[in-house]
Amino acid sequence: MTTPAHFMVLSAMLFAIGAVGVITRRNVIVMFMSVEIMLNAANLAFIAVANYLGNMNGHVVVLLVMTVAAAEAAIGLAVILAMFRNRETVRADEIGLLRY
Amino acid sequence: MYGLLTTMILSPAAAAILLAVVPPGATVLLRRLALLASLVPFGLSVAVWSAYDPAIAGFQLVERTTWISQLGISYYLGLDGISLLLVMLTTLLTPLVLLAAPDQIHTRLKAYLISMLLLETTMLGTLVALDLILFYVFWELMLIPMFLIIGIWGGDRRVYAAIKFFLFTMVGSLPMLAGIIYMGLSYGAQPDLGGSPSFALTDLYGLVLSNSAQFWVCLAMILAFAIKVPMWPLHTWLPDAHVEAPTGGSVILAGVLLKMGTYGFVRFVMPLFPDVLPVFMPWIGTLAVIGIIYGALVAMVQPDMKKLVAYSSVSHLGFVMLGIASMNVIGVSGAVYQMIGHGLSTGALFLLVGMIYERRHTRMIADFGGLWRQVPMYASCFLIVTLASIGLPGLNGFIGEFMIIVGTFQTHPGLTAFAVSGVVLGAVYMLWMYQRVMFGPLENPENEKLTDMTPREMCVIGPLLLLIVIMGVYPKPFLERIETSVAATVERATATAVVERPSARVPELKVAHAETVSTGDNR
Amino acid sequence: MAAPHAHEVARAAVETVDFLRWIPAAPLAGSLFLMLFGRRLPRPVVGAVACAAVLGAFALTVTAFLQVAGGAAGTVLHDHIYSWIHLAELDVSASFNLDALSGTMCLVITGVGFLIHVYSTGYMSHDPDHARYFAYLNLFTSAMLVLILADSLPLMFVGWEGVGLCSYLLIGFWYTDPAKASAGKKAFVVNRIGDAAFILGMCVLFWAMADLGRASLVFSDLNTAATKLDSGIVLTAALLLFIGATGKSAQIPLFVWLPDAMAGPTPVSALIHAATMVTAGVYLIARLSGLYVEAPVALNVIAVVGALTAFFAATVGLVQNDIKKVLAYSTVSQLGYMFLACGVGAFGAGIFHVVTHAFFKALLFLGAGSVIHGLHEEQDIRKMGALRSKMPVTWATFVVGTLAIAGVPGLSGFFSKDEILAATFDSGHHVLWAIGLLGAAMTAFYMTRLVVLTFYGEYRGAPEVLEKAHESPASMTLPLVVLAILAAVGGYMGVPHVLGGHNQFGEFLAPVVGHHELHLSHGTELGLMALSIGAALGGILFAWRRYSAGVTPDERFEESRPDLHALLGNAYYVDSTYQHGIADRVVDGSRALWKGVDVGIIDAIANGFASAARMFGDSWRRWSTGNVQHYALTLLIGVVTMIAVVVAGGAR
Repeated sequence: MTTPAHFMVLSAMLFAIGAVGVITRRNVIVMFMSVEIMLNAANLAFIAVANYLGNMNGHVVVLLVMTVAAAEAAIGLAVILAMFRNRETVRADEIGLLRY
Repeated sequence: MYGLLTTMILSPAAAAILLAVVPPGATVLLRRLALLASLVPFGLSVAVWSAYDPAIAGFQLVERTTWISQLGISYYLGLDGISLLLVMLTTLLTPLVLLAAPDQIHTRLKAYLISMLLLETTMLGTLVALDLILFYVFWELMLIPMFLIIGIWGGDRRVYAAIKFFLFTMVGSLPMLAGIIYMGLSYGAQPDLGGSPSFALTDLYGLVLSNSAQFWVCLAMILAFAIKVPMWPLHTWLPDAHVEAPTGGSVILAGVLLKMGTYGFVRFVMPLFPDVLPVFMPWIGTLAVIGIIYGALVAMVQPDMKKLVAYSSVSHLGFVMLGIASMNVIGVSGAVYQMIGHGLSTGALFLLVGMIYERRHTRMIADFGGLWRQVPMYASCFLIVTLASIGLPGLNGFIGEFMIIVGTFQTHPGLTAFAVSGVVLGAVYMLWMYQRVMFGPLENPENEKLTDMTPREMCVIGPLLLLIVIMGVYPKPFLERIETSVAATVERATATAVVERPSARVPELKVAHAETVSTGDNR
Repeated sequence: MAAPHAHEVARAAVETVDFLRWIPAAPLAGSLFLMLFGRRLPRPVVGAVACAAVLGAFALTVTAFLQVAGGAAGTVLHDHIYSWIHLAELDVSASFNLDALSGTMCLVITGVGFLIHVYSTGYMSHDPDHARYFAYLNLFTSAMLVLILADSLPLMFVGWEGVGLCSYLLIGFWYTDPAKASAGKKAFVVNRIGDAAFILGMCVLFWAMADLGRASLVFSDLNTAATKLDSGIVLTAALLLFIGATGKSAQIPLFVWLPDAMAGPTPVSALIHAATMVTAGVYLIARLSGLYVEAPVALNVIAVVGALTAFFAATVGLVQNDIKKVLAYSTVSQLGYMFLACGVGAFGAGIFHVVTHAFFKALLFLGAGSVIHGLHEEQDIRKMGALRSKMPVTWATFVVGTLAIAGVPGLSGFFSKDEILAATFDSGHHVLWAIGLLGAAMTAFYMTRLVVLTFYGEYRGAPEVLEKAHESPASMTLPLVVLAILAAVGGYMGVPHVLGGHNQFGEFLAPVVGHHELHLSHGTELGLMALSIGAALGGILFAWRRYSAGVTPDERFEESRPDLHALLGNAYYVDSTYQHGIADRVVDGSRALWKGVDVGIIDAIANGFASAARMFGDSWRRWSTGNVQHYALTLLIGVVTMIAVVVAGGAR
């Protein structure tokens, strides 16, 4: 029997994996993918709770997040591409424009 | 005439918007447009002058509408004799500065003209705002164009000077804002006053605060205004700002902006806190006298003409503050008169120093000498302004100074005895500077190429010289506008509070007026 | 002291007229005209305009004066022009009064002033800036007339400052010489010290009068109300105004500017620094005689200061070698006599001396100018001599002036100086009288020395200068002759009773400045007179014998007593003490204030706040590594912490 708690645990695990990915991986594309995992973790939680409560609001939010994520992916990849063109690298630790 | 003041305030801003659409390359068009546009507020202020009835003490041409009703903030304008004269000074100086601009500004002329026009709007707003929040808004907005003028078109250390100017003023403004909010909310907390907050000056006249509350709010406002004046020892932003600012900026800064501080004392501090003024005024008087002597002494040893004039402002504004500290009609009227007089003569001095700077790119006194023979017209104008500045009778400086000294002598004879040394020192530093620049042999070959004043420069200085003489010889039109308003203000400031009956604090303006008339009869 | 002084400022017959305003307006108009157009006009026109302006003022003054003299005793002409400063209790109107006192002064100013203008057309004929010169000279005349005609202290102050300004401009007229420009500034600043006291004096009187319910600074009000004012107030005001007078009239301690003022053109020295402006202080005291008689202590101070100045300046005059410096110290000394007269209550005698002094001192200065002009700017009397034959008119008139100032009987200076000394003796100030007598002897001595060294003996300068030496043109000698006549006969308007005269001058002024009766027996008075004649003649004879052989006696004196000679020559080092002891210290102190307090303390504090803020910010700067993952980690830690806090809070 799957309860919302199961989904919640899975969502939390996915979120943690994404967060660790963002913080530890140096490749910006991988970091980007990790961010997507975190978004989907949140989506999963929304869907599960919405289903449990029989409320459509969660579904709406998920659709919104997916749309935003798609747009964000387009912009993000464009930024990464531009970055690569200028600096010839996609490693986050080599790009420190805002360093003090 | 409802709406006249609003039109006057907004007309420079409208002109600024108009200028914004002109391409920056069309400098001649920009110059002419800006000059013409700045004549509009001048014309409107002349209309205000003629609409103003000098026999009535209260605020005239009042406009009042709700702005943010929940907070009791209103759009409330009006002027009395004191602000009327300062408004005239502002609308007069701005066209002159714009006329002189092409000689002084060589980059981004368009932005400069726009900044000046916006500055004029904020200055006029500050002078006619009768709601304290509205006043505060204009007061702070005034900083921005001046910050830009110093920071963009200034000299080598312009950024330091601009930031110093900005920060010094802000340090004073924020406590003032707190004080204003406190007063407005206290007004709302007093059920017999209607129960809702109000920031209108005329409403706050009726506000009764405990002595300790008055003390702290008053102190906050005094701090804000004292920095702007500037009073010793809060004056060190002034020499830097003046030296770095372009000529036009210096003229407006010395001519009008400094007066906002002294104006604030007369407009807000004096009528709002009568119970604690006896505590503060002797201190203000003492600091003013220190400022008079200190400013004069430090001015004496300056090698830079502009810095000398800047320190002389510290000394002259000390006289203004001394007059305010006298708390009697003669002294405070003298202070108001001196505000205008100083605006004209110091404005003219900065313009004259600017003219020589544009020709020689130096302001060091040591680089000059013997200029009289080379530029007689310039030297003559400079002499008249110098004499006005040292208070020669027959020119504007004397009348204000004389009234201040006479007025203050009644309340603080000891301080006055020290203050008159400023009369001597003023002659020392101004004449010494004049002598080193204009007299002696013409030794520096660079100076042999100097040319005398151009027609445009004559047009800039001419009106100022004319007013300097008129104000010295025939002060009546100015004094009669000052007197009734100052008498009403002094009446409030010296009224003893009766806490049980707040209305006792609001003497009828008619009474104040009748009183002056009756002293006239005693004579 | 307090000679029973019948001070009846009679409720004078005031006649309202409307032409007094044109007296100062005429030279003012001349001045403005010359300032605007003078440079484009031909030379003779400039001089003519200037002279005509003063002549016009003179004619008007004569008209007014005759009206006063012809009217009842104490007639005052009053001209109200407009209300100048009118606010609350303060009401200063631009109004002129012409009575016996101001009428006399105006006659001197416009009359002697006209002669000096005429003289100047000759003296300044070669100066390229003569238009500016005449504009200033006219402006001065106008300001001086305002000073005299003013009916109240503030309006008098307008003229008072105005003459100071013109004095500044004219002393520094040849501005390319820094020393001359400095002398002008010094004159103005020293005068301003007195002016500051003047302003305070006005404040004291104004509020005291306001307490009486008559806030006014009009002279007649002050004189009549003086008895009702608190004596301490009257004394304070009297002393403050007297300090103002010491500045303008070059008395101890503010005399230092006058010798330096000789840097100006010589006619200026004659007009401003001898005949008119420097007597303004005496005029002020006389104008407020009703106030001063209520302050006997102040009068004593004035008498002592006057006598000391008279004596002290005379000693300095003994050893000066610059022809104008001798006359300058002589002027300081003579002004001392005038103050002495006022101090003993004989205001009329003081004004009498003002008038005669205007005649003979203007004459002497103009004569000196003629010599300087003839010798091409030579001013050192050690390089003169034997000029009698070269400049006969100058010589003759100069001798008349010298005898007049020395107090030789029959000439104007004798009558006025003797009246002062007699009044001093009469008032009981015997020591001051003795000092004055000694000063008179010294005056006779140094003036004779001046004449002998300039006009007699051997010529001691460069021969080529003597070759070119010449008598001055008629425009210069004519005023000399007129002034010589005035200096000779001017005294006969005040012949004392003891000599069979009626002292008409004193009687004429009495309604304004009070009547001063002598209480001496005729025998005593004649004895005193004999003593002063003896002093004068003794001084003249001694100097005549001593200097007939040239300057050698001075050189011997300098060798035998170099310290004393230097002490006198440098005027007791008062000036250098002021310069080094006060002025330089103030400048040093100001520099210390600027660098020490302004930059060192106040700005240091302000900048200290700024750098403290910067250091604080700096210490947190390291957090911005620029690595996005560090930011993400910080963010994560923050979120986790917040959630933990919320959860822990919820659990509790």
